[in-house]
Parts: sequence; C-alpha cells; structure tokens
Amino acid sequence: MDTLLQQLINGLTLGAVYALVALGYTMVYGIIGLINFAHGEVVMIGTMVAFTVIVSLAGSGMPPLLVLGIGLLVSVVVCMVLGWALERVAYRPLRHAPRLTPLITAIGMSIVLQNVAMIIWGRNYITFPPMIHKQIYDIGGASFTNVQVAIVSLAAVVMLGLIYLVHRTRIGMAMRATAQNPHVASLMGVDINRVIAMAFIIGSALGAVAGCMVGSYYEIAHYQMGFMLGLKAFTAAVLGGIGNLAGAMAGGLLLGVIEALGAGYIGDMTGDILGSHYQDIFAFIVLIIVLIFRPSGLFGERTGDRA
Amino acid sequence: MNGRARPSSSRQRHWLGFMLLGVVLLAVPFVAAMGGQAWVRIANFAILYVFLALGLNIVVGYAGLLDLGYVAFYAVGAYAYALLASPHFGIHLPFWVILPLGAGLACIFGVLLGAPTLKLRGDYLAIVTLGFGEIVRIFMNNLNAPVNITNGAQGITLIDPIRIGDFSFAQTSSFLGVTLSGPQKYYFLLVALALLVIMVNIRLQDSRIGRAWQAIREDEVAAKACGINTRNIKLLAFAMGASFGGIAGGVFSAMQGFVSPESFSLMESITILAMVVLGGMGHIPGVILGAILLTGLPEALRYGIEPLQRALFGRMIVDPESLRMLVFGLALVLVMRFRPAGLWPSSQRRRELAESAG
Repeated sequence: MDTLLQQLINGLTLGAVYALVALGYTMVYGIIGLINFAHGEVVMIGTMVAFTVIVSLAGSGMPPLLVLGIGLLVSVVVCMVLGWALERVAYRPLRHAPRLTPLITAIGMSIVLQNVAMIIWGRNYITFPPMIHKQIYDIGGASFTNVQVAIVSLAAVVMLGLIYLVHRTRIGMAMRATAQNPHVASLMGVDINRVIAMAFIIGSALGAVAGCMVGSYYEIAHYQMGFMLGLKAFTAAVLGGIGNLAGAMAGGLLLGVIEALGAGYIGDMTGDILGSHYQDIFAFIVLIIVLIFRPSGLFGERTGDRA
Repeated sequence: MNGRARPSSSRQRHWLGFMLLGVVLLAVPFVAAMGGQAWVRIANFAILYVFLALGLNIVVGYAGLLDLGYVAFYAVGAYAYALLASPHFGIHLPFWVILPLGAGLACIFGVLLGAPTLKLRGDYLAIVTLGFGEIVRIFMNNLNAPVNITNGAQGITLIDPIRIGDFSFAQTSSFLGVTLSGPQKYYFLLVALALLVIMVNIRLQDSRIGRAWQAIREDEVAAKACGINTRNIKLLAFAMGASFGGIAGGVFSAMQGFVSPESFSLMESITILAMVVLGGMGHIPGVILGAILLTGLPEALRYGIEPLQRALFGRMIVDPESLRMLVFGLALVLVMRFRPAGLWPSSQRRRELAESAG
C-alpha cells in the first residue's frame, strides 16, 4: 500500500513534466501535422540555460527563490527564441515538401542542438545547485517533497494558462481554426505563418518550464537528456491522441504513473525475473497496446489519410 | 539524352558504364588500403549501410510505411550470429547456417511487429516501430539475468569470422599473386551481397508486388479497391525489409567479432532512414548514394576537422567529435532544405513534386 501511494506520487510528478513536454509536440502536430523531433533538445537547452543562470547568480546573495525564478524566465525566453528560429530555419521552407523531408531536417537540427550543448556545457553530467531547501512530508507511509508539490502545481498553472490561451483569446481561436483547416483559415484572414510560429514558440516555452522542473527534480542534467525525455513525451502525446491538448495532458500524467507503477511492481509481478531497469519499456509496451485497440490514441479523433 | 534516338549506342554506353563501375568496385579496396586498413573498413561499412538502406527502402520507399525501428532487425540478425558462433554458448555453427537463420528470425520479428500495427498509419506507425526498436535494445541490454543470454551491456566478444572450409575471412592470405587482408576479403563479400540486394530491389520494383506496394503508398483505400490484399502485401514489405536487416546484422557480427546493444540505438535507425530520404526515397541509385555519403561524410570529417582547426587557429578550439556531428546535422538540414526530394530522386517523384509545388 505504501509502495502504491509512493509510486503514484512519483508518477504524478514525472507525469506533469511529460505532459508539459507532450503539449509542445501536440500543438505543433495539431496545426501542421509534423513531428517536431527537435523538441526534446529544446527542453534540454532549457534545463542547461536555467542551470547556467542559477549557478552564476547563486553567489550573488539574492534570495534563492528569486534566482530560481530568474533562471526559469531566462530559459523560457531563450527557448522561445530557439523554437521560433527552428521553425524559420528547418520547417517553414519545407512546408510543401514530401512528408519525410521535415522529419529529416528535424533530426538534423536535433543533432546540431545536442552537439552545440555538448560544446558549451561539456560532455559530463552537471549538477544543479539545490536552491530550494528540501522538505519532506509524510502521508500514510509515503513521502513527498516540496519540490514535487511545486512541480505539480506549476504544471497545473501553466496548463490552465494554455487552455485559457487556446480557448479564450484571438490567437487561440486562430490556432484552432488553422488546426481544422489551414486553407480556409487563411481565407478568413488568419495569418497562418504567424499561427504556426506561435505554436512553436508556446510549445518551446512549455518545454523550457518542463526542462527547469526536470533539472530541479533530478538535480542533474546532461546534453543527451532531451532525447529520452522527448521520446517519452511524444509517446505520451500519441497515447492521448496527438493533436489533442487535453489528450497530451492526460497522456503525460498517465504515462508517468504507469512508468512509476511498472518500475515499482515489475519485480513482484515477474517473480524477480525482470527488474526495474526495464522501466523504459513500459512506455512503449503501453503505447503499442493502446494503439492496437485505439489506433488514434485514447482521446484522439479519427485521423484521415495522413500517411 | 540523344541515346534514346540511337538505341545501339545507348546499350554500348550502358555496358561501358557497367565495366567502369566494375573496375572502380575492384579498385576501391586497394586504393583505400593505401591510406591504411581503417579506410577499407570504412568502405566495408559504407557497403553494409547500402545493404541496410536498400532493405529499409523496401519498407519506407516502396510501401511508404515509415519505420523508425529498423535497427531492431539488424540487432536480431547480429545477435543470432553472435550467439550461434562464439564461445559465449560454445556453439560454433558455420555462417551459411546462421545467416539464413538470422534472416528468418528477423523476418519473424518483422511479421510480429507488422501484424498488430498494420491498421496504423503514418506517424502512429512511426512511433510504434520506434518503440519496438527501443524494446529490443533494452532487452538486449538486460537479458543477462537471471539467465545470461545476451551478456548485457558488455556485449558478446570473440565471434567467429566467416569461414569457408579453411578459408577464413579474418586472416590475410594471398592467391593468384594478390595479397588480400581480412577487411579486403570482407569487402568483396559485401559487394557480392550488395549486388544481390540491388538485384532483388530492381526486380521487386517492377514486379506485381512492387507495383502493389507503390499503389498502397500512393493511396491505400484505392489500392484495396483494386483488389490488392493490403494486409498481406504490407506484411510482406515488413518481412522482406526485416530479413535484409537480419542478414546485414549477421555480416556485421562476423566482421566486427563483437556486438553490444550500443550499436543498435535509435540513432542508428534514424541514420539509416536519413540515408534513404536524403538519397531519394524509392530510387535505388539515390539510396545507394545516400548510404555512401552518410557513411563517408562523418569519417571524412573525422580526419579533416582536426588538421583544419590546427591550420586555421593553430590549436584545437572545439572538440572535433562534437564538431563532426554538428557538421553532419547541418548537412542533413541543408540538403533537405535545397533538395526536398533527396539528392537523386526518381524522375517520377521529381515530376510530382514540381506539380504539387506549381
């Protein structure tokens, strides 16, 4: 019982991060039907930038929360610019190219970003200085920290903000219109280029927030961390039905919980034949099972012939 | 293009081209050996990747099924060879037993992956195949306990080279006055295999099956309406692509003498896919070009970047390894940016692209 509660708490924390990253994938996919393979790398850059800012401000005598806030803000801004630049350089010129072409440029950009990060931040793990004094709370035999509370609540706030943006503002309306039918939307006076750029920018900002969370949760970062994180988050987006905002959020949380439960229980389930180092396969096994029975994800609408 | 008006001279030119190609293929291992055996090995890998890329081309280029887990089949073939011809289990079967076995096993895996995922389209298929590739890799990495099957992350060493009677591909030997080193012998074996797969690809392309694949790629519903059994034909594409991957894996195992899960990462799948797309999807010469370029470019950069930095700045400013990958990534972006259909697309595809753009 304690393990169950404990794994649920850990899973929710991880799931909140996945959900934020998954939103970045799903927004871009929903609008132009393209997998932004470089998104995981944007998240990684977000973590790295936050790290640099926090380390350089740590000795300045500012209150730690302010330092953390500045780190978050700078990393969000850097990632927004990065997302915008990615769209301009790697995707916009190829909007009418064959479908696989932007996939390859995305992979190319992802290689470029990884290696730029390696040149700047080195090839070793870097350790985050602990800025929040960690407090541990106990409930019913399980424990959680104030960092976890901060992560989950910040994710909730950001997601509510996104829902407001998409459903209550003009640019949100333009986004929904473009997602439905770009051609007609442009006839109605929607500036498609602007909408697509906005999807990349907002997605990258969410990614930066997620990156800061990962950094302060695990307290380490690495130039290759974006890859697996991006992969899992993309899996979460597909799980929820790609292109669907609520689906990405639900898929992220679900994936986090499944992974945590899987890692916690696989030993018991298989009589210790398989251990917790199989954690990474849960995401993919669940994904395959869900897609076999619901080919367009848990909450996805039936997609047409996009292949 | 005036060859069309005079068919006889066109045929002559064809033969001339083939002979020239033959001479070049023969000369490569000897020219490369002048720069050291390392270059022969690079040439070998280029051909191995040609083999892999052509296998993937069947799935992605012909049938239009985006497969991001192709490396799983490569891994299955490689591990099949490694387990059946190494001291790990003490089994030493000859290669002509294992290679078909590996191909068959990979083929079964291909059907296993294909059967449940046939309903999926486009990106959903991509992500499922990607997950499948990762699952295979994670199992390879962890199947050392409780029973040690794959020896985990350490991989399997001391794998037997390919051997025919007393003739081992790993040793230097000379016949007819020509001395051939191990890598050079593998080179000729690989060229023979590559020619075989090229032939199969060409024959498939214009066969009934090949046309069925292309019909599915263009419009699955219409293909079905025309009486094509889309399920079986798609499964066939998966199975065929997978068996080529399996054979390539076996040869890789024998050539290296060592396999570990690290060689079968997602990046590897992506590189092979990049070869297919960058060269020109569905067009055999294009895919071959893509495979050779993407194997050769990183190696050329490896040897070029260090002296270049020294010449320009007098010392090493940036880690050459990361700079090499940086240039590789940029090259991918730039090529796709200026040649969206690939470096050498088929004329049909080029025409389609021009139409849709215009």
